[in-house]
Amino acid sequence: MSAPSLIIDQLNRTFASPSGPVHALSQIQLTVKQGEFITLIGPSGCGKSTLLKIVAGLDTEFEGQVHLNGKPILGPGIEKGVIFQEPRLFPWLTVEQNIAANLSLKKPEIKQRVQELIALVRLQGFESSYPRELSGGMAQRVAIARALLRNPEVLLLDEPFGALDAFTRAHMQEVLLDIWQKNRTTMLFVTHDLDEAVFLGERVVIMNPRPGHIREILSIDLPFPRTRTGSSFQELRRLVLQAFEKVDGPAIDPGAGI
Amino acid sequence: MYEANPSPKVVPLPELKVKPQRKRAPRPRQILLTNRLIGWLLPVTIIVIWQLAGQADLLNPILLPTPLDIGEELISMLQSGELMRNLGVSVWRVVLGFIFGGSLGIAAGLWVGFSVKAERLINPSLQMLRTLPHLAIAPLFILWLGFGETSKILLIAKGSFFPLYVNTFLGIRSVDNKLFDVARVLEFSRWQMIAKLILPAALPNILLGARLSLGVAWIGLVVAEMMGSSSGIGFIINDARALSLTTVMFVGILIFALAGKLSDSLVFWVEKRLLRWRDNYEGEGGH
Repeated sequence: MSAPSLIIDQLNRTFASPSGPVHALSQIQLTVKQGEFITLIGPSGCGKSTLLKIVAGLDTEFEGQVHLNGKPILGPGIEKGVIFQEPRLFPWLTVEQNIAANLSLKKPEIKQRVQELIALVRLQGFESSYPRELSGGMAQRVAIARALLRNPEVLLLDEPFGALDAFTRAHMQEVLLDIWQKNRTTMLFVTHDLDEAVFLGERVVIMNPRPGHIREILSIDLPFPRTRTGSSFQELRRLVLQAFEKVDGPAIDPGAGI
Repeated sequence: MYEANPSPKVVPLPELKVKPQRKRAPRPRQILLTNRLIGWLLPVTIIVIWQLAGQADLLNPILLPTPLDIGEELISMLQSGELMRNLGVSVWRVVLGFIFGGSLGIAAGLWVGFSVKAERLINPSLQMLRTLPHLAIAPLFILWLGFGETSKILLIAKGSFFPLYVNTFLGIRSVDNKLFDVARVLEFSRWQMIAKLILPAALPNILLGARLSLGVAWIGLVVAEMMGSSSGIGFIINDARALSLTTVMFVGILIFALAGKLSDSLVFWVEKRLLRWRDNYEGEGGH
């Protein structure tokens, strides 16, 4: 097996609020192997987005240890690619320019890489379109290409397909798996959609709120490409759901894709 | 897949036999022409009525000469070179004052926009100065600097400063924080943050400020030239008033109107070119 890439050890995160400190993450312990696809699932408020922000380096006010390939995480950087819930493109730049962003398209090697990535995320013909001319799914693919251009060691995705319709979402999941199989980038994918978590992840990390903690980590030993309708898929999906039902109270938001 | 394919195959529809509609929708070119002409409707009507009323001796020519008389005056002033010479002087003053005051306005707006300390330090004072009217300040400038060019250009600069200052400041402060996170993740340098994120995001506001500044610059010019000057369009108007040459006054006003509109259109054109990426409501019946 590959070497560990991301090591999260004894991670705690507390927010100050007017009504006293809120314990958002408690004793998070997670080791992600090089090239692994991890999905994080849990109801809102379980701290999964906070965890992602910490790994991204956008939140440094935590206690504990987070190491990426042996180096502690001190701030944001290109080795930790982030895909947010919204595409967050620069509206004044074209698709091509958005992917390049602060890198110069005048350099032939950058130009060529951008072309390759546009092909990878299947956006040929839209190089000079502005974000306002793109659909939600297309814009999110530009954001993915933008992160991939920097050859990240890990790609952090925070409910990236949450705002898309079911068909576009299924398509985007396939695009993402395609990219993962070609590049073998380590993936940390936050979702509240059960099907998405089981369809994409090699391991599903199940989180629960109050305080946010990891309840269970399930291995999904299904070969890719997976089919959602297969009996083993449905069985694993049931196992994940069961993990939530063990908890008191409503563990999952109604309509959270179950 | 469905959305990734830029050119889906178009299947020709079988021709349907439908009765031709009685009212055909106007073609885009026709709409464009109507939209352009519609702005002329009101002024042309007023001028025609004005001319007819003048010819019917309903108007006192000393108070309100007819459009044709004003046109004749315009031609003779153009032929003598008097108009172009004075217009040149006025345009030069506006351009100089606008560039001087406007660039200071952008610089101050950038500084105050970037730094909360600078905002606390100078914004209150500047906001106080902003509301001072030209007419209140002009005598002081003349007292300090005399009737020369400096006092005039300074007055125009004072007017051009504020709209650009306020809008640049506002533009910087309204940059989306979410895009800042993106820029941090992508490791933008400090310079790239400014050049590739903050300035493009603030550009719509800065251009709006430039448009307003240019408008105020023309107003400042009129005040400066009418307070005391021996050249410029404002001087022509003031001089003609003393001699009761109403047609000349009208020519001066007309020139101001045209110059103001022309400079406004210029900024508008620049705005359209630079802000093509914007996705805004353009009004009903727009194109």
